Amino acid sequence: MSMEFLVATGIGWVSFCGIYLLLRGRSYPVVLGLTLLGYAVNVFIFTMGRLWTAAAPILTDGPDVADPLPQALVLTAIVIGFATTGFVIELALRSHHESGTDHVDGTPVDEGADGDRQ
Amino acid sequence: MNPAQMFGEHLPAMAVLLPALTAILLLVMGDQGGGANSSERGRRRLLRARRIGLVSTLIGLLIAIELAVLASDGAIMVYRMGDWPAPYGIVLVIDRLSALMLVLTSAVALPVLWYATGGWDAHGRYFHALFQFQLMGLAGAFVTGDLFNLFVFFEVLLIASYVLLAHGQGRERFRVGLQYVVLNLAASALFLIGVALIYALTGTLNMADLALRVPMVDGPDAAVLEAASLMLLVVFGFKAALVPLSMWLPATYAAACAPVAALFAIMTKVGVYSILRVNGVIFGVDAGAAALGAQPWLLPLALATSALGVTGARAARTLPRLIAWLTVSSVGTILAALGLFTEAAWSAALYYLIQSTLVMAGLFLLAELVAAQRGDTADRLVPASPVAQPALLGGLMLLAAASAAGLPPLPGFLGKLMILNASSAHAWQVAVWSVVLLVGFLSLLGLARAGNVLFWHVRDDLPPATHTGASLKLVSAALSLLGAAVAMSVFAAPLMRYTDATSAQLRDRDAYAEAVLGEQGGAQADTARPYRIQRRGAGESQP
Repeated sequence: MSMEFLVATGIGWVSFCGIYLLLRGRSYPVVLGLTLLGYAVNVFIFTMGRLWTAAAPILTDGPDVADPLPQALVLTAIVIGFATTGFVIELALRSHHESGTDHVDGTPVDEGADGDRQ
Repeated sequence: MNPAQMFGEHLPAMAVLLPALTAILLLVMGDQGGGANSSERGRRRLLRARRIGLVSTLIGLLIAIELAVLASDGAIMVYRMGDWPAPYGIVLVIDRLSALMLVLTSAVALPVLWYATGGWDAHGRYFHALFQFQLMGLAGAFVTGDLFNLFVFFEVLLIASYVLLAHGQGRERFRVGLQYVVLNLAASALFLIGVALIYALTGTLNMADLALRVPMVDGPDAAVLEAASLMLLVVFGFKAALVPLSMWLPATYAAACAPVAALFAIMTKVGVYSILRVNGVIFGVDAGAAALGAQPWLLPLALATSALGVTGARAARTLPRLIAWLTVSSVGTILAALGLFTEAAWSAALYYLIQSTLVMAGLFLLAELVAAQRGDTADRLVPASPVAQPALLGGLMLLAAASAAGLPPLPGFLGKLMILNASSAHAWQVAVWSVVLLVGFLSLLGLARAGNVLFWHVRDDLPPATHTGASLKLVSAALSLLGAAVAMSVFAAPLMRYTDATSAQLRDRDAYAEAVLGEQGGAQADTARPYRIQRRGAGESQP
């Protein structure tokens, strides 16, 4: 099995979990889903520079050079993702205090009505 | 080099740096909240923050006007960050479109900030710093010439908008705020996927370089590239509130406090601008195999947006919600004109964009002025006691409503006329005409119903809720936004010449590429991706 297949299915699986959690009704799973989706996207950007082994990191006379730009892009995306995740957690907590429920719609969950229970 | 020359050279960067530095200064100054029950020191500090914010926004407006004057003769100003040559470093590019959007941003921001200093900025902390960060994000998104940089500035303006939306606090604001943030973060993830795909297939993210390289991609790669461009259309469509991604907008804008909602009127236009830049120009006509991927989607969805917006406006129960739905509807009209993909239609879209931004911002401010004089009924559209200043507020409302609905001789009418004119002989002409005209009629009905309830069909048996009129400061802010919209009618000819030239300049991809990349740049230059140089055509990813 090639490295590409492994990485691709890995990204796919993490995105799947992220999107599933994103569609939950309570804010905590939603935040987790955003984080997972963020991870998947970061690895995706990284692999868009193609996967390399034993390639020089900076331009040399050798045959293979890894692409440094996606790594720089990923760094920026990670920083932004970290900050926004911190913010959304704080906002979710505040929303919980204001409305007394952590449901994203701000209405109490009808227990037992659907799969929204933790 | 004399100082004036130096200043002129750095002018494009100043448009972004000025609000950024002002915001940092305001943060450093600190803010203990300057509300009515705060200390004398807190009040002095708030007064200082107001002055700094207003002066900085005014200077920003002057810079934007100067840039627009410089850009109006067709010159494309390129500012290379750190003087790195173009496809490698990040560039800021000011062409006619960027300059126009900068002027519009400042022209909306200044009256809105003036309005906010009337009291709203004391309802929470750091309003002025956040306002400047928002302006920085907006300016950056409009001037950047790099796709990833566009993402970064999107995040800057979004983070500021998250906090501004919650300004004033309250349960409803946190509820919609959480949804707004989560939706935007999901959209950001899509943005990154699209950008990464584009980079993987073209080896560049510089917009000028992309415009040259996208046509060179063919075969199966072109299909992936088209998918990436459509993914970006989804992201930008979400920001612009294109159906079916528009459901977040009415609740969000209606929950925000009036000055914030008025500022947000320009935020949907960032989405419109990005659709024009990316899907209209980079992936527009002459983009090779991936060309015009957005065309089959944009026009029908935009017409649906317009129709849905006006339907929502008819059903709205509060005034801010009605205006928010009309914002959706007007974005639909703008995007429909963009979706026609002709020079004349783009020019019409830009003209309509300016007027709709000004009028919607003015309407959001006006809505609060009206609500403040209706006692407990506030902004709900039910008969209540009469307002204290029916003639003034009613007159302003009538003016704004007439422009929003597109009645002559106001700019809304001219914009719609230009759009209808541009769609003639297009395959979708009948659809565009019927939707635009019908939407205009229905907006008129919706606004007439609101005006009727607010000013005419009042309950005379009740005493007026208040006798104090709106302060001159607040009225002047709304008045200057609507006055600017009316001035668009008076100066329609020069403005239309400018928008015509703008859309012609957007079509001239070669001139843009030459300005940004230089004579040696562009298709002949080596790509930024090192391994392509050495292993052209070889199986790339085999270790």
